[in-house]
Amino acid sequence: MSALATSAFPETRSRLLPPGGAGGYRTHLARHGALPHVRRRDPALLAAVEASGLTGRGGAAFPTATKLAAVAGRRRTTVVANGVEGEPASAKDKVLLAHNPHLVLDGLVVAARLVGARESTIAVAADAAAAARAVERAIAERPVRERPRLVLVPDRFVAGEESALVNAVSGRPAKPTGKRPFAAGTLVQNVETLAHLALVARYGAAWFRAAGTDSEPGTALATVGGAVEAPGVVELDLGTTLGDLFARCGGLVEPVDAVLVGGYFGRWLPFDPELELSNEALRAHGASLGARVIVAFPRSACGLAEVARVARYMARESAGQCGPCVFGLPALADALEAIVDGRDTDAALRRVPRLHAQIARRGACAHPDGTLAFVRSGLEVFAADIDRHRRGTCRAATRR
Amino acid sequence: MSNADWHLIRSTGVVSLVLLTLALTLGILTSNRGRLAGRPRFVTAAVHRSASLLSVVFVALHVATTLLDPYAAVSLLAVVLPGARAASPLWIALGALSLDLVAALVVTSLLRVRLGYRTWRATHWLAYLSWPLAFAHSVGMGSDTGSLWFRATALACLAAALAAAGSRLVLHRPGKRLEPQAVV
Amino acid sequence: MSENANHALHVDMLRCDAFGYCAELLPEVVELDEWGYPIVAGAVTPERLADARRAVAACPKLALRLAR
Repeated sequence: MSALATSAFPETRSRLLPPGGAGGYRTHLARHGALPHVRRRDPALLAAVEASGLTGRGGAAFPTATKLAAVAGRRRTTVVANGVEGEPASAKDKVLLAHNPHLVLDGLVVAARLVGARESTIAVAADAAAAARAVERAIAERPVRERPRLVLVPDRFVAGEESALVNAVSGRPAKPTGKRPFAAGTLVQNVETLAHLALVARYGAAWFRAAGTDSEPGTALATVGGAVEAPGVVELDLGTTLGDLFARCGGLVEPVDAVLVGGYFGRWLPFDPELELSNEALRAHGASLGARVIVAFPRSACGLAEVARVARYMARESAGQCGPCVFGLPALADALEAIVDGRDTDAALRRVPRLHAQIARRGACAHPDGTLAFVRSGLEVFAADIDRHRRGTCRAATRR
Repeated sequence: MSNADWHLIRSTGVVSLVLLTLALTLGILTSNRGRLAGRPRFVTAAVHRSASLLSVVFVALHVATTLLDPYAAVSLLAVVLPGARAASPLWIALGALSLDLVAALVVTSLLRVRLGYRTWRATHWLAYLSWPLAFAHSVGMGSDTGSLWFRATALACLAAALAAAGSRLVLHRPGKRLEPQAVV
Repeated sequence: MSENANHALHVDMLRCDAFGYCAELLPEVVELDEWGYPIVAGAVTPERLADARRAVAACPKLALRLAR
């Protein structure tokens, strides 16, 4: 079983995932009160969102106020709540939807009213059964005018990409279009972002900024996996250190030299417990939080094999629209598998940068570039293992 | 005079058929990413374009000589509107339909940039309809089906068209697929 | 439109199907990767502009675009 596999579990912070569960609609209203009235392009609310510094929680960290204002300026608008979470190592959106769907639905209502959308949709992966059921039940409890359309979307990696998702909810294949939906009046927002929006609408910018750092305020959900006692979804203050995060998950259960930050589009880094989980701190290492998938990769597992496995997965998950991705990613996976097998290692090592140059920035979406970053950082962090594999050995206890 | 007209109609017709067959086969060769005599691939597309435009010239001559010939008894309307009254109405109608389609093919291709790729591509599929209609019209008119040279020419055109269409089915490489394959 | 400055050639990778005409018509500007897809490696200088326009018109998928 892959070291990156995770499953859903305990939550430890109370903004988005209240301990003991968020309950049904009545409990939700009792806790937060009724949603404040929101007018189209409500200047006070837009100002509050801007002041809060809320950014997208889906991975791109785009300033939410900017996106809302851009869409609100269009004549015909619609809103899509993105709960698809195509990244296999990420569980935060599914957990949020399963445990606190009403907060997400609140955020969807707020966003829809702000941009003047007549129709709103919430998209969930078809095989996220618990999340889909919880959302369905929650929608049924809402007043009729607050009910979005629920769409189940095939569970493919690129299905969570904004323009691919817009295609999917419109009944077309979930493939990216190369254009940003907000330019055409469609607001696509990650479900976690909407949950935060619902709270900012009620409690204001200052409250939101009471957590996190000055440049990256607020809390965020993270999926923590790997060699920790209690892997799962955790709500953390932005700026928390890696060491503190792992401690909240019960601490490390075995020695860890490397971590993956950002999931399959992320970067491998040498494990440093003092590393702060903020985009600002990570930028110095060429990394970013992404969708906040953080894996404590145990010394006993084979990093190279993991890199090769994910590269092959990403090659298969290509939308098949752009040549360099369709042909380049499988070739990259081939080279990585050769390195893992210790077959013609030198030729494979020479192949990787040549492939990199032909793939980088030549797709219509971030899929190939995300994969390249994952692979490149993996080969750097696990460089010492390449020679072992060349000789036919591996320090890992288990090896494919 | 009428005899000369008669010859002109038929000869421009046969040349049109040959050129349309050439245009069709070159178009399929372009789609199959084939090369003419080892030349760069853009040459295949360019020659296809030239052959198509040349075939338009001869089709126009064929239509003009038909209209000018009182014995052919074909009205202008019958030339463009399949089914309008004329002598040998069925075969004229097929010719008229073929003419309409060829005109659509050429006009949309000349305006390709303005119409956008999808519209152009959808219309271009009509090529597979326009050729059989032109062929049926040629043979159906019956003017020369008795003579050997015409039969040989028509057969050669048919063979070329069938071979080209067959190659399109067998050889066609759509480019991007999820399994890796060499394109160059 | 001033013809004195360089133009940029953009490839729409969603449309491109590796026919390769652009590299044949504009070898100083376009190279092909190992799968036949174009890499814009050079600038479209004023002397190359006419050929660049021909390449844009020739592309079977209309995947090329010239911009300032």
